Amino acid sequence: MQGIRSFIKTFLLWELLQGLWVTLKSMFQTKVTLNYPEEKTPQSNRFRGLHALRRYPNGEERCIACKLCEAVCPALAITIESDVAADGTRRTTRYDIDLFKCIYCGFCEEACPVDAIVETRLHEYHMEKRGENIMSKDKLLGIGERYEAMIAADRAADARYR
Amino acid sequence: MWDWSPLREWLSGYLTPYWTFPLLTVVQILIVMISIILVMAVYTLAERKVIGWMQLRRGPNRVNLFWIPGLGQPFADVIKLMFKEILIPADANGFLFRVAPFLALVPALAIWAVIPLRPEHAFANIDAGLLYVLALTSMGVYGIILAGWAANSKYAFLGAMRSAAQIVAYEIAMGFAMVGVLMASGSLNIGEIIHAQRGLFGWNWTWLFPLFIVYFISGVAETNRAPFDVAEGESEIVAGFHVDYSGMAFALFFIAEYVNMILISALTSIFFFGGWLSPFDGWLNQDTWLAQPSFLWLAPKVFFFMFVFLWFRATFPRYRYDQIMRLGWKALIPVTLIWLLVEGVMVYCHVGPWKGNP
Repeated sequence: MQGIRSFIKTFLLWELLQGLWVTLKSMFQTKVTLNYPEEKTPQSNRFRGLHALRRYPNGEERCIACKLCEAVCPALAITIESDVAADGTRRTTRYDIDLFKCIYCGFCEEACPVDAIVETRLHEYHMEKRGENIMSKDKLLGIGERYEAMIAADRAADARYR
Repeated sequence: MWDWSPLREWLSGYLTPYWTFPLLTVVQILIVMISIILVMAVYTLAERKVIGWMQLRRGPNRVNLFWIPGLGQPFADVIKLMFKEILIPADANGFLFRVAPFLALVPALAIWAVIPLRPEHAFANIDAGLLYVLALTSMGVYGIILAGWAANSKYAFLGAMRSAAQIVAYEIAMGFAMVGVLMASGSLNIGEIIHAQRGLFGWNWTWLFPLFIVYFISGVAETNRAPFDVAEGESEIVAGFHVDYSGMAFALFFIAEYVNMILISALTSIFFFGGWLSPFDGWLNQDTWLAQPSFLWLAPKVFFFMFVFLWFRATFPRYRYDQIMRLGWKALIPVTLIWLLVEGVMVYCHVGPWKGNP
């Protein structure tokens, strides 16, 4: 009996018709695609994107060249050289992040005792020439200055959970 | 397709009849070819849109034309393909490699000569129209086999062999389904096949329902469409028979495939759904346009079957090769044979709508 029923079902293409019904229904459902440049998905304030080096409100660099980020970086993407600055403080003379090596794990940000190196929400960046993947100290400080308001707001929103 | 006599008279003022006839024929051919290819262009967009919708996506909507999102996409694709180089592999058989795309495309376009798009108007109203259709649909496979062989690549060759075996298997089921239509109408002329069908429930699909299903499934297999697209199975043999083609040479295969899909849809609606006959024929007053046979009745039927092609592709996963062969030889051909027997008995005993046929 079971055999006859499944034979008839096969010949009436019953399961195929069920499948067709599923696709026909979903054709009229609301579409989930976002029109990307115009619409964007919500982003967490913990998003780990492009790096930045921050300054104190008085304009002083936060980074003290402790090299904890360099040590913790699992991808060995950070290279730091340091020297004594004119005012007698310990400062970096070179702070390079290779974006091709970086895995955006956020360990550098966690390791930093002075919240100097941070990962921002920026993720829509690109490189056009060879060598642009190396984020030098100038570039990182530049990003930090330009987006300081956003960076500070994101840190403040997350401070409760840290 | 239209009434050409005013144009013919106007032309005969300038040209001898010796020249008017070929000139008018060429104009007619161009009109049909260009409109078919335009429909095909929009069909490629419709495919991406419909499959997108069925997967809860939006489909292409960036290249706008006439303020319709995505309508410019096929034309943008064509322009891109035209600017690409046509690579010919060093070890390929150059002549066959160049000829194969035309062998695929020309039969696909040539079949339209016998398709009556409007009542009583086919370009070539030949009596053996059905045989012509069968012959030319089989010709299309030469393009695929030669393309696969000439490219001298094992993937292309595998694709061509699969396609050949598949088309041979399904051609038989398709031919038998056509024999059923033939028995129902008693003529090989496509116009008369349409005229033999009467009223919504007198169209061939009611009495020949199994043959209709078999015909459409074989049609999907003939055009190498999903779920029977092992000939170009992307996940197994790269792109099958047209791996080594690029630019417009690839586009010709693409056009041929889509024109064939439109053709199978047109033939299905002609053989089983009364072609340009109105579904209200016999129910409404004959004078209203709703009851008149016209192109307006053929087009929705064709568009529906074109949609079903896309619907199948969005729904079904690809058949395994042995399953395709099993379905073709052990399911479709027996079904058609049994139904031909049933139909033969019905015709002999004068049951059904074709009582008058000998």
